[in-house]
Amino acid sequence: MVKSGAAARDLREAQPGGRYGEAAKMLSSQEGNSFADLLATHAEAVISAWTDEVAHSLRGRLSHAELQRQVTELQKGFQSALFGGALDLADDAAAELRAQLSELSSLRARQGFSANETAVSVFTLKDAILRVVNTDDAGSLRDYVSFSTFIDRAALFTFDSYVRVREELIADQAEQLLELSTPVVKLWEGVVAVPLVGTLDSARAQVVMERLLQSLVDTGSPYAIIDITGVPAVDTQVAQHILKTVVAARLMGADCIISGIRPQIAQTIVALGIEFGDIATKASLADALRYVLKLTGTTKRQER
Amino acid sequence: MTTRDGVAAAERIEVTSDQDVVRVRQLVRATAVAVKLSLVDQTKVVTAASELARNTLVYGGGGSVEVLRVENGRRAGVKIVFADQGPGIPDLDLALTDGYTTGGGLGLGLSGARRLVDEFEIDTEAGRGTTISVTKWCR
Repeated sequence: MVKSGAAARDLREAQPGGRYGEAAKMLSSQEGNSFADLLATHAEAVISAWTDEVAHSLRGRLSHAELQRQVTELQKGFQSALFGGALDLADDAAAELRAQLSELSSLRARQGFSANETAVSVFTLKDAILRVVNTDDAGSLRDYVSFSTFIDRAALFTFDSYVRVREELIADQAEQLLELSTPVVKLWEGVVAVPLVGTLDSARAQVVMERLLQSLVDTGSPYAIIDITGVPAVDTQVAQHILKTVVAARLMGADCIISGIRPQIAQTIVALGIEFGDIATKASLADALRYVLKLTGTTKRQER
Repeated sequence: MTTRDGVAAAERIEVTSDQDVVRVRQLVRATAVAVKLSLVDQTKVVTAASELARNTLVYGGGGSVEVLRVENGRRAGVKIVFADQGPGIPDLDLALTDGYTTGGGLGLGLSGARRLVDEFEIDTEAGRGTTISVTKWCR
């Protein structure tokens, strides 16, 4: 099945820029066939050895049965790609295999495995094949080296897909975080509060303002408390965003109170020269609520 | 740059986006904590760094920020150098006036940052870029 007659060609292809060059195919059709034959003939041995290797590298974080299923599918994927005449991972015949590898990366990335562990799942196919290759035969060994290159490409492809999936995950999370980090809570009848946590950049400030103004309408609240306890540094940009939000709320007839001004923030604001004008500011959210309740209490009494 | 201050450690961040301003802030805060600035002084120097890094980004068109731990024999401190190759500041006195802005901000960034730190040096010329170095010492 693995022929030593391939020796001369192998030596020629082993030149730098030959096998590893971008344009060159990784396998000759003969190598592709012998690779496919090897996988088919020793299917069970390869699957079992491969599963063991992957299980070892993942240190028992996936069940053996699950790994075996994944590995069996991959083995079939490699086999059918090679039988289909794929000599390079970029070939049309390998489209199915590429889809499988992407699927695997995406699964691993979402399960929290590292990029290394994901790529190793493919790299270990080399170890598995080494066990079934006749290592005494020089021709088989040379073929094995060609197979390795193919597997390396597959593993690198997995690596790439993994990184892509992770980047998507991070982008998704950043978006979710933006949503999460700007809740508007109803604190009391007629009082809504926005607890700001973290950096208040323009994107978040915009979201905060929209949410706050909408909730003022939805709840019919005449008071809003903007709590900046969780904002680590109040610079002029943050202050400007807050001031704009307050002015917008005022235009809608609501009064804003800024709370959570810690001593160090107060001193910094003074040194910077930021003026909050006639906007009420309080040290804590509790103070702000008490202040608002007092205001509403007196208004109600006056109304009666 | 002055050489009378002993430099213990330096780190550099290229500022090309808002995200980098956040990184500058985090680095300055970590350095301020490391040299044991008080909480108020930490907040002041972080805020000053935030203002100046944003100026570097918005008005200087991006540049670099270097954060150094310095010592002058008696005290430790944080020194931050903001450098850009932007248009420079044609009228420094005007730029340092409270409330003057060309970019729609509050006009307090540059002048406010000067009040937040102990030492403030600015080297600028129209068309040649701007370099600002600030230092905050432990009290």
